[in-house]
Amino acid sequence: MTITDFLQLIIFGIVSGAIFALGGIGISVIFGILRFAHLAHGDMMTFGAYLALAAITSLHLPVLAALPIAMIGTAAAAIAIDYVFYRRFRQARPVVLLISSFGIALVLRSAVQLIWGPGNYVYESGISIPYVIFDLRIKPDHLLIVASTIAIIVAFHLFLTYTRLGKAMRAMSDDPDLARVSGVDTERVVVWTWAIGGALAAAGGVFLALDTQLNPLLCWNILLPMFAAAIVGGIGRPYGAIAGGLLIGIVEELSTSFIDPAYKPAVAFVIMVAVLLWRPTGILKGTT
Amino acid sequence: MDMGGLLNYAIFFATFAGIFAVVALGLNVQWGLSGQFNFGIAGFFAVGSYTTAILTSEPVATRIGGFDLPIVVGLIAAMILSALVAWAVGWVTAGLRTDYLAIATIGVAECIRLIVKNEDWLTNGVRGIPGIPRLAADWFGPSPWIMLLLVAACVIFAYAAIEAARASPWGRLQLAIRENERGATAAGKNIARARLEAFVFGAAFMGLGGALYAHLFGFISPEAFGPNFSTFLVWVMLIAGGSGNNKGAILGSFVIWLIWSGTEILTNRLPVEYVNQAGALRLLLIGLLVQVVLIYRPQGLLPEKL
Repeated sequence: MTITDFLQLIIFGIVSGAIFALGGIGISVIFGILRFAHLAHGDMMTFGAYLALAAITSLHLPVLAALPIAMIGTAAAAIAIDYVFYRRFRQARPVVLLISSFGIALVLRSAVQLIWGPGNYVYESGISIPYVIFDLRIKPDHLLIVASTIAIIVAFHLFLTYTRLGKAMRAMSDDPDLARVSGVDTERVVVWTWAIGGALAAAGGVFLALDTQLNPLLCWNILLPMFAAAIVGGIGRPYGAIAGGLLIGIVEELSTSFIDPAYKPAVAFVIMVAVLLWRPTGILKGTT
Repeated sequence: MDMGGLLNYAIFFATFAGIFAVVALGLNVQWGLSGQFNFGIAGFFAVGSYTTAILTSEPVATRIGGFDLPIVVGLIAAMILSALVAWAVGWVTAGLRTDYLAIATIGVAECIRLIVKNEDWLTNGVRGIPGIPRLAADWFGPSPWIMLLLVAACVIFAYAAIEAARASPWGRLQLAIRENERGATAAGKNIARARLEAFVFGAAFMGLGGALYAHLFGFISPEAFGPNFSTFLVWVMLIAGGSGNNKGAILGSFVIWLIWSGTEILTNRLPVEYVNQAGALRLLLIGLLVQVVLIYRPQGLLPEKL
């Protein structure tokens, strides 16, 4: 492998790592605050990607303008799903939420297929010409994905650090009981958790669709690397999920020069299991 | 539809529901009895299917085997291999918490699906394995009946074995661990080992279900082993029937399969362009059905007797 090939794979890895991070943050925050593994997260992302498609085809918007619409729409859907279904299981054992979210994953995926059909779509047809810098090919879409992800993550960081709600969220993730007795309105935090988780999920879904093609299984297929990102980074630690996402994305891409690319998802799985066994709290020490 | 067609359909229905009952009984050992999550049912189902397919089909040049062995050898080998895979998986994941185990088992099933899809020398890849022998016996009449008989025998065997295990000291140990892990630890029980045993025991029946499936259809391909079908449907069956109750697992399999295939009969009457979409509508309804069960009857139709 030449140094150019190596750097090229790193670039691809950063792009998929950014997408894993957007999904992984939501998974991590939901896990931290609601204490369950949200198995419908991938399909929530797919739903967001299709909302953007609807905005693009019906309003003739560019992708970047459709993105906020998809984010708001998916955030609303996530809040609604929580209100109608998950809310009823707050007092139940966590496994009930696992099963419920697996069912919701199916509902979302089938709804997407019912509305848009089983076929493949792209946002904009046509070939984009990559920029060539020192023999490295960089697609304009990839620049857009990475730049937008950075912007979204910075906004998320400012929210967590400087707003009352962001602080309440971190407090609840650290210690729900302490947060409650300190006067944090926990149900309000839960609503905002879904809003943010849903919005970030939609962004991840739109970016993956931009990089590949829309189909009903779009983001179910990356559920494993996203959970790997959240777990590697330390569950309940959104910043850890970003590091975890990049790590998983880059290792997955680099692995393609040694093993059959078809086994990329297995690479994420092996990393995840290894972390679960040797350092179950992740790189940044997460909640247990 | 004439009477003969209706009867054939009823036989096919009962056979398929029985196969699901075997798998649901296996899940009932892992989840109902031992409290271990397994979202990778499709993986063990696939291991069982491919094991018997390779062992019992006729020799082919493009892949390993077939070995043209008797079906009963295929069924036993399917159980053993599925148990071995579960042992390897469980050995790694035994210490994981429920939610991590759920993710890990999804990952295992995905890895098994990738292997099945990509290792042509073993599984013939996406083209699948045709020509898996079906049961036929001249002395008993047409083969659908004897397949139903075989599946019924397997359901009874699984039920008897799992009921016996549940009533034994081993079963009480599983319940003790599920209800109070610390208490069981304090009593000096080897928790990790007991969990592993339940995981392996349950997986053997998932493998058996997979093998029966292969012999029912005579053809398998990786498409049959996605997460929707075998994994989710079996979970719905066990939850609706009543997890922890073996009769409930069997009842749930028949009830959910009746709903699932009954709605298929209805949607197949729709114009052709809607039939594809109807499959999605049925999945959506099953996803909603599980929410309704979890909200209004979490203990299932036949609750666990303690």
